[in-house]
Amino acid sequence: MAVWISIPILSSLVVLQSVVVSRTKLLHGTADLVMLAIIAWALQKRVKSAWHWAVVGGLLVGLVSTLPTIVPVISSILIVAVALLLKQRVWQVEILAMFVTTFIGTLMVHAISIISLTISGIPLPFLEVVSSITIPSLLLNLLIAAPAFFLLGDLAKWLYPEQLEV
Amino acid sequence: MNTTPARSIQTVILALIVVGLIALALGGYLAPISRFFINPVVSAQTWLAVRFQALQNIINSPQDLVRLRQRNSDLEAEVSRLQAEVIALKQQLSETQVLSALVDFARVQPENRYLAATVIGRDPSPFVQYVIINRGSDDGLRRGMPVVTQQGLVGRVAAVTSGAARVQLITDPASSINVRLEPSRAQAVVLGDLTGELSLDMIPQSAEVKVGDLILTSGLGGNYPSDILIGQVTGVRQIETDLFQHASVQPVVDFSKLEIVLIITNFRPVEISPLVPTSITP
Repeated sequence: MAVWISIPILSSLVVLQSVVVSRTKLLHGTADLVMLAIIAWALQKRVKSAWHWAVVGGLLVGLVSTLPTIVPVISSILIVAVALLLKQRVWQVEILAMFVTTFIGTLMVHAISIISLTISGIPLPFLEVVSSITIPSLLLNLLIAAPAFFLLGDLAKWLYPEQLEV
Repeated sequence: MNTTPARSIQTVILALIVVGLIALALGGYLAPISRFFINPVVSAQTWLAVRFQALQNIINSPQDLVRLRQRNSDLEAEVSRLQAEVIALKQQLSETQVLSALVDFARVQPENRYLAATVIGRDPSPFVQYVIINRGSDDGLRRGMPVVTQQGLVGRVAAVTSGAARVQLITDPASSINVRLEPSRAQAVVLGDLTGELSLDMIPQSAEVKVGDLILTSGLGGNYPSDILIGQVTGVRQIETDLFQHASVQPVVDFSKLEIVLIITNFRPVEISPLVPTSITP
């Protein structure tokens, strides 16, 4: 169920990202709703379908984006890896893990995109990228991180109800 | 025997009294007396009528209140419906104005065949400048077709599915277009930028480039038809030691507000890569 529900949820987020969020820019940076949803899902207690969500999210973004499909898929998988690492070993406060993963995840997604475009022969001035795209995107993602975490938290509670011990 | 004359006398007296009273009333002499009698009656009637009206209002008011509330909600619903209609009509008007401008543009370029499409999305990645349109191969779109608005060049179709297409904007960092400057007719290349801006490169040092010069597609390279407006020169940077001059460009199209675009469907890009000489190995 949790795997199948990822398709409509992440599809809706991709559409929202393409139609609304991509037009709502801070300098030239935009928020990444799909990445935030994947992180928020991976950090929820009892959630075991984080890897599936990463693959589905990556594929859906790859369908819409000009970037090679492998780029968003790899980015999503790496983000989930970071999120699970923080969830299991480092952080006990999930919302803090959400912010840290969002921070690291945004940098990772942008780094992978820059590497991919550079390999494709598109020159990207590094400082300009950081100042006009990465930092504004980071700010927007951190701004949306908490609401995304709580919304996905509600979904996780619905899908994985807490079992009472008798 | 005596009763008949007596009655007649009474009748006459009564008639005289009545006539007299009528005469007095017509003459206005009875007004004070009538006022004396009528005023209390009128006052009593008024008092009673006011109380009765109030009582009637109290009895009927719940029904009126319900009716008024119903009417109020009906009117509020009507206002909401009309407001929605006004918004829809404004939207239609705006679209009609855009379409009208596009039709005008198509009329002045009769050699081209156009297909209108709506911009339905943008690339999710902030590193590239692509838009998605709601026309695809089912509508006859092919990769490489130029995309314009009534203002000027937007980009070209980069990928096509059956019902949608992805358009690479001229502001994309990977975009480069051969252009001609007017009035100097110097050849140059317009490059996209990561920030969605345009710059002009490869302008010969000998060319006289001024702020305000128009930039049009030259048609060289076969990727775009010639003479499509791109923008204006806003600043020139000339360094004597450089091979070429550089300039900044103000595009004529506002790429942040792209809604409807036209695809030139009768233009086929020329594939020149087989003509590019390659080193021949012995």
